[in-house]
Amino acid sequence: MATIEVDGRTYEVQDGSNLLAECLSLGLDLPYFCWHPAMGSVGACRQCAVIQYKDAEDTRGRLVMACITPVADNLRISLNADVARQFRADNIELLMINHPHDCPVCEEGGECHLQDMTLMTGHTSRRYRGRKRTHRNQYLGPFVNHEMNRCIACYRCVRFYNDYAGGADLEVLGIHNNVYFGRHEDGTLESEFSGNLVEVCPTGVFTDKPFSDRYTRKWDLQTAPSVCVHCSLGCNTTPGERYGELRRIVNRYHGDVNGYFLCDRGRFGYGFVNSDLRGRFPRIERQPVAVAGTAIEHFRTQIRSAKGIIGIGSPRASLEANFTLRELVGETNFFLGLDETEHDLLESILGILANGGIHTPTLRETEQADAVLILGEDVTHSAPRLALSLRQSVRNATFDLARQLKIPRWLDAAVRQLEGQVQSPLFIASVHATRLHDSAAETFHGSPEAIARLGFAIAHSLNPESPLPSGLDEAEEALAALIAGRLREAKRPLIVSGTSCASLAVVQAAYNIARALPAQNKGLLYALPEANSLGLTMIGGRRLKDAFARVQDGSADTMVILENDLYRRAPAPQIDAFLDAARHVAVIDHLENPTTAKAGLLLPAATFAESEGTLVNNEGRAQCYFPVYPAQEPILAGWEWLIRVMDNPRWHHFRDLTSACAAAIPALAGIERFPAEEHLPKIPRQPHRYSGRTAMHADVSVIEPPPPQDCETPFAFSMEGDTVHVPPALLPVVWAPGWNSNQAINKFQDEVAGPLRSGNPGIRLIQASGMLPWFDRIPPAFVPERGFWRIVRLPNIFAGEELSAHSAPVAERFPDACVFVNPEDAETLAVSNGDSVEIRYELELSSLRIPVRIDSTMPAGLLGITAGLPPFRHLPNGARVALIKAGPEAPAKTGENQ
Amino acid sequence: MKAETNTRSLSAAEIDEINAELPHYEDKSAVSIEALKIVQKHRGWISDDSLVAIAEYLKISPAQLEGVATFYNLIYRRPVGKNVIHVCDSVSCWMLGSDRLSEKLCRHLNVKPGEMSQDGEYTVLPIVCLGACDRAPVAMVNGELRPDLTDNIVKELLGE
Ligand code: SF4
Ligand code: SF4
Ligand code: FES
Ligand code: FES
Repeated sequence: MATIEVDGRTYEVQDGSNLLAECLSLGLDLPYFCWHPAMGSVGACRQCAVIQYKDAEDTRGRLVMACITPVADNLRISLNADVARQFRADNIELLMINHPHDCPVCEEGGECHLQDMTLMTGHTSRRYRGRKRTHRNQYLGPFVNHEMNRCIACYRCVRFYNDYAGGADLEVLGIHNNVYFGRHEDGTLESEFSGNLVEVCPTGVFTDKPFSDRYTRKWDLQTAPSVCVHCSLGCNTTPGERYGELRRIVNRYHGDVNGYFLCDRGRFGYGFVNSDLRGRFPRIERQPVAVAGTAIEHFRTQIRSAKGIIGIGSPRASLEANFTLRELVGETNFFLGLDETEHDLLESILGILANGGIHTPTLRETEQADAVLILGEDVTHSAPRLALSLRQSVRNATFDLARQLKIPRWLDAAVRQLEGQVQSPLFIASVHATRLHDSAAETFHGSPEAIARLGFAIAHSLNPESPLPSGLDEAEEALAALIAGRLREAKRPLIVSGTSCASLAVVQAAYNIARALPAQNKGLLYALPEANSLGLTMIGGRRLKDAFARVQDGSADTMVILENDLYRRAPAPQIDAFLDAARHVAVIDHLENPTTAKAGLLLPAATFAESEGTLVNNEGRAQCYFPVYPAQEPILAGWEWLIRVMDNPRWHHFRDLTSACAAAIPALAGIERFPAEEHLPKIPRQPHRYSGRTAMHADVSVIEPPPPQDCETPFAFSMEGDTVHVPPALLPVVWAPGWNSNQAINKFQDEVAGPLRSGNPGIRLIQASGMLPWFDRIPPAFVPERGFWRIVRLPNIFAGEELSAHSAPVAERFPDACVFVNPEDAETLAVSNGDSVEIRYELELSSLRIPVRIDSTMPAGLLGITAGLPPFRHLPNGARVALIKAGPEAPAKTGENQ
Repeated sequence: MKAETNTRSLSAAEIDEINAELPHYEDKSAVSIEALKIVQKHRGWISDDSLVAIAEYLKISPAQLEGVATFYNLIYRRPVGKNVIHVCDSVSCWMLGSDRLSEKLCRHLNVKPGEMSQDGEYTVLPIVCLGACDRAPVAMVNGELRPDLTDNIVKELLGE
């Protein structure tokens, strides 16, 4: 700690930090542009000037930039000195010289850091009357708008995009007063994290493009705390609604999980909520019905007359919805609704997390790892935000070097100068090259078996008690020894694995390595398939194939399928047979899909934006999302449909349900204290400036309807309520007086970039304990079979997730449909890049004609396909297919199911 | 103007010259400026295709190379005349009337700054301080310093 004096008052602050960060942590208003809490200081904008005094005698002092001034004991500064104020006002006036006067039509308006800072410095009238420089804007793809005239040249965008996120296609071009932040030509921004530019840029240069289509000012959006539903990491989000439509998603700071950034799937994937595929009415035998009650009566009759009923849960439905279904049908009739392999993988991973005795790090902790091994994942595609964190981990060696050289870690430009000299090792063993390869010390490509075998070899090298795979070649042995050596030296080594390889051996090899590591402070993290995969597994239930058997043997004739498109879980003929054999099929879901098409009774379910629920992320953190706006009856939350159909429900409210779930399932006991107790008066979802409330329904009726009641959560669909005593974790929107942008978050942390005041959201349900025996099921090496290929499904950030794939801008980012083959295989097939091949798969009558992409990192004998792309929906992982070069009569148009 | 050589691939001569620079630097990307100069020497200016060709050769992204190319006054991203006249517009020269002189020159050649004259002979561009403030106003014609300019700039620089 250091004692400093600011304008005559003394404060205790964090030693070694910079003055700007500490002033903000103290709650003082000091304007800034180029500094960013996650990216540190470069001293480029000159906006954070303060006066620093030598000692008590010094009355004049000198101007310094707070963001590049280290805090030291007895530092005396002034924010309010006239010279400092004048300098800041002049500086912003200069920065604004070229800035257009277009706030009224600028989408940043109302949440603009530049507006906030101009007001803070008192520069409220513009004196410059000269010509302003203007720029041509670029097309940057479906996610981000470009309006370069608004730029104040703070350099934050390129520092985020290139330095922080590893991008290479956004640069600063030009010089002096003609700098331009853009691409070398028009085109889609390639980074999977491009959407963060919208929040990183303090002005309206980069804005949210899908939001533009149906734009609303921040103060007119109704919001609530939410959790991203598009992968297993559980990033926190703030979705915003207007006129019954979800309009956008922005980052919601979580000190342990996503910090300040989201991935583009999470930010732009919400389009499914507004999609035409949404079921808006219940459907009984293909006929829509107008009221929920009719559907519920029908549902009840079906259940009463059932000979046997089974329920199929879902890894993308909340704990509460899954639990209610389990209660409705009975524990023995509850099935998890996962494919066989996934069921095995998830149960094994849960066992490892709970009983393996190895700490599962938070995303924030992964950034601190000083050696990382990724075993079998392409994290950019399977757990995107994690890729951004791991990119930071390789910098730890640089930070250590900086410390030796007495360069503070936040002095970003100086620390980055050291980057080429040292790097913390990142090792990646994956099926083929991943997006993180540019940061990797060593990479290995191979079949899932080869990856697992390498993993076991590393574990053995670390601890000879861990079994050794036989028949490794020299190169593999050497690589295993090298990786083991670096991991052994590390103080905070991290092993990342997951379910992408669909291989139990990979998951288990990762555990052996983690167990074998000598470091105390080690971590093991698994990327899982869906938002609540772990939660569902913790509830526990039977296998999908047992459900098939129950219908087959006639012991069940009625089924309730909760938010789960079974055609994604097993081959179509199997699901067809299953659904056709049942007398009654009730399906609860958001979007029309092949399963809902077969439903005798369809119950339209509210999405995450219109309902409440708890999800358990891949680290075992239970987090709650709250409805942003009410579901329009007859749309109901999944759990509500299920409660309403019960004859004598024991619970009527969400909170009771959460408690019941906690009481019934020991592993979930932690959610008992959760969500925050009753909050009275309620927390308003609408900002105090929310406009048009009396007029927004006037086209229907001039009588202002009463606001919808929310009996389930601490929030109200209203402007009225308590905004003062709200714990930051429950803030519907981040806002503070004078701070209209998301950067107001400074006001809700005790230390910038630290935890939210009164705690980050969520409860970790799993404490690492125990130890598992060494796993010893080492698979034999994969040997390609002449004339056949094995399908490997490669995850993709845009195409790979069921719901976000229905968001139009995300769909625009789907990769081309093609198959990845090894160069030698291409030679065998006599195909070159772009030629089509025909894929013959036993279970499918039709064959598929698709262009080839030759990928030198693809292992021989494997055929890589992009999971989630329409042509590949029915090709399961591991399928054995034959390939032939498509004949010359092949139509020019490829990529479609023929 | 040698626009016809502005193709997507580098010529053998260009590659040889770039390769000769490589040993002087730690990594390939550091050769960016030299490579741009070499290619410009051969082609007169750096077209989009030339830029991409160099970027591919140096294994850096076109955006990164564009950042370098547009930073330097002496790398031309548009075609220039056979003779490039850089008139200094930094403070000493500006105080001694370089604006007026440059305008005069442009009027004579019937071009705006940055444009090529009709006959392809001349381009006039501003440049930062040439380090000859004591002899301001100053220009640089085809790399050669032309100090002590006066209102006779047309004659002084073009000999007309
Ligand atoms: S575009 Fe935005 S973030 Fe980038 S330099 Fe300009 S103002 Fe800063
Ligand atoms: S998809 Fe995953 S990584 Fe991306 S924002 Fe959502 S939770 Fe985070
Ligand atoms: S924030 Fe300190 S100089 Fe930009
Ligand atoms: S200002 Fe023109 S040469 Fe220095």
